[in-house]
Amino acid sequence: MDWREEGVVLARRRHGESGAIVEIFTEGHGRHAGIVRGGGGRRMTPVLEPGNQVDVAWRARLEDHLGAFTVEPVASRAAVLMADRRTLAGLNAVCSLLSFALPEREPHPGLYQRTQAVLGMMGEGPYWPIAYLRWELALLEELGFGLDLAACAVTGSVEGLAYVSPKSGRAVSEAGAGAFKDRLFPLSPALVGRGEGSVEDLRDGFRTTGHFLRTWLAPALGDRPLPEARQRLVDLLTR
Amino acid sequence: MNGKTDLETLIEMMAKLPGLGPRSARRAVLHLIKKRALLLMPLADQLTRVGQTVRECLNCGNIGTASLCAICESDKRANGELCVVEDVADLWAMERASVFKGRYHVLGGALSALDAVGPEELRIPKLLDRIAAENVSEVILALNATVDGQTTAHYIAEQLEGRIAVTSLAQGVPVGGELDYLDDGTIGAALKARKAV
Repeated sequence: MDWREEGVVLARRRHGESGAIVEIFTEGHGRHAGIVRGGGGRRMTPVLEPGNQVDVAWRARLEDHLGAFTVEPVASRAAVLMADRRTLAGLNAVCSLLSFALPEREPHPGLYQRTQAVLGMMGEGPYWPIAYLRWELALLEELGFGLDLAACAVTGSVEGLAYVSPKSGRAVSEAGAGAFKDRLFPLSPALVGRGEGSVEDLRDGFRTTGHFLRTWLAPALGDRPLPEARQRLVDLLTR
Repeated sequence: MNGKTDLETLIEMMAKLPGLGPRSARRAVLHLIKKRALLLMPLADQLTRVGQTVRECLNCGNIGTASLCAICESDKRANGELCVVEDVADLWAMERASVFKGRYHVLGGALSALDAVGPEELRIPKLLDRIAAENVSEVILALNATVDGQTTAHYIAEQLEGRIAVTSLAQGVPVGGELDYLDDGTIGAALKARKAV
């Protein structure tokens, strides 16, 4: 059994004295683990930093074996992003959420493309936090917990959407919220790709996605707590 | 008893050391036996002695044989500079260079999203206490240029922001390094940190 593809390094653990078990997110094979012989050595350690783009060849005798990766570097994203604390926190949040949430060996090509886009935007300008927030929405959607922010859950209107229901994950308009508006999350413009990504917008957006990551996604994954890296990023972007 | 001789047990234990396997452990043990008086007995004595006395420095986390290591004991090293490293191995590497004349603080690892290592698992609270108590003027972050190392560096810098000067080691072309063999990340970091000649 073998395949070859490009992917993003999500995590690396030492295995024995010189090897490493590496998790890589690829377009065609999803989150996939494998052993990299020499992956703990001086030559390979910089290549296997989380976030780096690599070309991997996977080979195993049987399909369900862990298998071994042969890795070639394509782009050292980690080196570029680690210079700034916000982009480094963003990189950590993306990699740890993917590692936390994705089932192994299940392709998610749409999410892979979104991940490439958000990692590419980091460090390129001031708008990557909005892209990251929308990436969290895409993550929820890809795993079956998508929010419906297109129309009001109460009136069906597509105008005047101002809230998100913490129960249904659907948008609610100002008129539809009525007396329940205190129990709803404000609909951050950043969630629907509008606005400049002000601290308030990001705070509202992260509050919404964080709620659904915690109450919808995490219970489906054995009720594990969300990775701390996400909270660290939220703290940095919303202070 | 599991039926093993003392020699076999010794070989098994040696094989657990980094860099050694069963075959090389057998060679090492055989070498020790051949040099019994010169090597085996002094090594056994020294291992016993170190086993009884070795301890972590209460102040910096270095390894020594007293409650305070030699660096923390020395008044000459109290020059106001405090170098933060991940591990004792990093401290020893810095000492080998014989360039840094201040004191150290060993964190005992790095923040890790994957392994859920938070600030409380490291000696970061102790670092903050030391900065207040030891009249430190500059903290030098000598942490690994890895995602975990730099996450730790940014976290510490954030904790100390506005309180004290915080610097970190430069990143770039190593001495004796050839550009052709460097990864693009290192070349990028080196270019960003270029200096006037």
